[in-house]
Amino acid sequence: MSEGLCLSVRDLSIAFRSGQRETLAVDRVSFDIVKGECTALVGESGSGKSVTALSILRLLPYPAARHPSGSINFQGQDLLQLTERQMRRVRGDDITIVFQEPMTSLNPLHTIEKQIGEILLLHRGLTGAPARARTLEVLNQVGIPNPETRLKSYPHQLSGGQRQRVMIAMALANEPDLLIADEPTTALDVTVQAQIIALLKDLQARLGMSLLFITHDLGIVRKIAQRVCVMKDGKIVEHGSVEQVFASPQHPYTQALLAAEPRPDPAPPQPNAPMLLETDQLKVWFPITSGLMRKVVGHVKACDGLTITLRQGETLGVVGESGSGKSTLGRAILRLISSEGPIAFMGNNLQGLRFKEMRPYRRNMQIVFQDPYGSLSPRMSVADIIKEGLKVHHPDMTERERDQKVVQALGDVGLDPETRFRFPHEFSGGQRQRIAVARAVVLEPSFIVLDEPTSALDMLIQAQMVDLLRDLQKRHNLTYLFISHDLRVVAALASRLVVMRHGQVVEAGDAAELFRNPKTDYTRALFAAAFKLESAPEGVVEQ
Amino acid sequence: MDAKTLPKSAETEIEPGIPPELKPDNEPAGPLGLGGLPRGFEFSPINLRRWQNFKNNRRGYCSLWIFLVLFVLSLLAEFIANDKPLFIHYDGKSFFPIFVTYPDTDFGDVLGTAADYRDPYLQKFLDEHHAIEIWAPIRFSYTTINDRPPSAFPSKPTWLLNAADCDFAAKNGYSKCGTLEYNWLGTDDQGRDVLARLIYGFRISVLFGLVLTIVSSVIGVAAGAVQGYFGGWTDLLFQRFIEIWTSVPELYLLLIISSVLVPGFFVLLGILLLFSWVRLVGLVRAEFLRGRNFEYIQAARALGVSNKVIMFRHLLPNAMVATMTFLPFVMSSSVMTLTALDFLGFGLPPGSPSLGELLSQGKANVQAPWLGLTGFFTVALMLSLLIFVGEAVRDAFDPRKTYT
Repeated sequence: MSEGLCLSVRDLSIAFRSGQRETLAVDRVSFDIVKGECTALVGESGSGKSVTALSILRLLPYPAARHPSGSINFQGQDLLQLTERQMRRVRGDDITIVFQEPMTSLNPLHTIEKQIGEILLLHRGLTGAPARARTLEVLNQVGIPNPETRLKSYPHQLSGGQRQRVMIAMALANEPDLLIADEPTTALDVTVQAQIIALLKDLQARLGMSLLFITHDLGIVRKIAQRVCVMKDGKIVEHGSVEQVFASPQHPYTQALLAAEPRPDPAPPQPNAPMLLETDQLKVWFPITSGLMRKVVGHVKACDGLTITLRQGETLGVVGESGSGKSTLGRAILRLISSEGPIAFMGNNLQGLRFKEMRPYRRNMQIVFQDPYGSLSPRMSVADIIKEGLKVHHPDMTERERDQKVVQALGDVGLDPETRFRFPHEFSGGQRQRIAVARAVVLEPSFIVLDEPTSALDMLIQAQMVDLLRDLQKRHNLTYLFISHDLRVVAALASRLVVMRHGQVVEAGDAAELFRNPKTDYTRALFAAAFKLESAPEGVVEQ
Repeated sequence: MDAKTLPKSAETEIEPGIPPELKPDNEPAGPLGLGGLPRGFEFSPINLRRWQNFKNNRRGYCSLWIFLVLFVLSLLAEFIANDKPLFIHYDGKSFFPIFVTYPDTDFGDVLGTAADYRDPYLQKFLDEHHAIEIWAPIRFSYTTINDRPPSAFPSKPTWLLNAADCDFAAKNGYSKCGTLEYNWLGTDDQGRDVLARLIYGFRISVLFGLVLTIVSSVIGVAAGAVQGYFGGWTDLLFQRFIEIWTSVPELYLLLIISSVLVPGFFVLLGILLLFSWVRLVGLVRAEFLRGRNFEYIQAARALGVSNKVIMFRHLLPNAMVATMTFLPFVMSSSVMTLTALDFLGFGLPPGSPSLGELLSQGKANVQAPWLGLTGFFTVALMLSLLIFVGEAVRDAFDPRKTYT
């Protein structure tokens, strides 16, 4: 192994076995990680980037997984040849890893001090005062404010961003040579994401460690990495320095990935079109009860007095961090959760209507959810899923007519109607989301709530989805309430914009104008984090 | 696919290790289906995989087959162990004594009562008239008393008789060894053939277990579904009721009721049902509580689908997975309960073939080990088979399990 290399992967293959079948997930990839540099591994989901990273620490589900070929050289030894005992010494000491999901990667029953202390005890034998000193030191390094008061905290007492900082602190505790970050910001809000990236960049420069950063977001790569490997279908199709790859991508896939920004072409605001939806001081308060008699002691104000107007043919974008109440707003308007305050839909007040009385209106108002895996019943064929609404709202339609409607709807969303007898699991994420859209449009509604419809999709497919939604809007004169935390997608679709925080509207107005000229600090911070991955000064957004 | 998200949940059914389709968005991802044909009546792919997983578990798969063979054989008990011939051809006429009760006047007797085909007089008459008789392999029914035994009851399995036993029979006026009818597993203390009683007893146990399992599952699933789906006060009140109900001492109540009512098959079923339906409620309730927040349930509500349809079409299939996993275990415990009640003498009416009664005879007649051993091995075999099947079903429904 030549000097200056931290880790060198040669011809690594990973195969997974399930029953009699064996699938090659990664096919002879080779790459190097230079000491003190950040290497990014980019690719869409299923490209094999995460399993590649996990195999460095041999964390795959062996023996269902195996390595038909390859070697991973680290400090003069092949990690794939080490015994499990030797491997345990490498994990958490020389090489550490930070996972995507900060909610589940910390043990909920242990305090922060105990979790970090465990690693120190295992690899360095530190206990008591020295362990505590080191714990405070790393917590300081990762920017946890007042670490002394946080030592006794449990994970649920920390915010998502803080939890991810604690995860990073655990990874740093033993001064590793290599830190693997497996999509560490994907589950976080844009503003927090910007902070975590700034932190990792800073730590890497200060501590001189190497970083392997796995992501699907090219914006992050540009921000943090020096070298980049692009993975597709288990192969590295292109690698090189970040400047070189971004300036002149060679492989068609990299070119497509770089060009996959959603095309901004929002529907214009329609100030003269008829009013479709109006809410006045809409409130969704969840009671907090305590004591034996379940006395209400307070409320979680998910939506706190929201006044929103939406005209026919417009798209109203609703943006905000998670927990700002934007999804709750969408569901409250559709009366899927109870709320207070009038909801005027096409001139009728929906508030207070019973489940049955709502039914005639449901034909006109539909919803598409975020998770394409969770929003389709796995036990029904695509035709049955799309037909279900028709059965409710057009009970006298013949089976033949319904089938025609299904075929038409599938054609509308760009799927082959011949696929309608298959089950959802036979489709990819993007295709499933198209099915969910088909289920909504088959009823010919005038209004659709889109609840983060692109968040679970890969970049390339996001852009296709945005085009599809725009196309459907033009053809059927649809009105959208578009809920998303992804501002690039919102910018591509929204005619008007509402920025939410803590259940309240921070800022609202014409989308183009608002993007050009945000008025509040919070909106500015949100935009900076989303478009430039810059973290805001302290106090504007949550840490 | 990210390795750490591989086994996500029972609903997404992601196969571990298989990366999702990497094809362009517009191309169908899976293997081509049946084109224009709806696939309603074939196994859905999920179930097909479960069936494969089930078959891969050799022990469970074999157990299922053995159990089914035994069960089907015991359903045909009348053709295997019967004190009436299956068929008689005599005097140019055909008789089917197994189905029809003929008066003995048809066979040359004068009493006019139902014919007793084991009566030596009737046998002699049929032989003299060159009648063709087809008998079941075992010429005893579960109530038939062997009136020509080699010893006092309970008498040994015939093939275990030794010279001393034959001597004893000859000296004490019992039937001689050469003329005996075979009792493969001996007789019980009332002179009835143990093997015949075993076959009928197995049948009644399994049928009882099956009926009890099905009825209590239906009630339990319905109760759990209502609680889980509506939640709130419905759930709260129902839960408290179940807590009180389950804290009633079941066994004592059973003993008291069965000493007041005359216990028969259906009375026992009813009494056991009073308590056995609660077993699945918690499970189904939890599945419904979890399921009602799934996005596809929300989507169905947004479509205006009614509560009833949501519960049946969307939520029930989810809950059925958990229920199916439990069924074999519920069944084995139902069988166990019936056997226990019979053993204590509070079960099926006297004279009915029952495994519990066989066991209690074994206890009362320690000098006749064939009684206790037969009962023990039969119950052990039946319960083991059910447990093995149950384990295999549980594993087959587990989406995380991979067979390597």
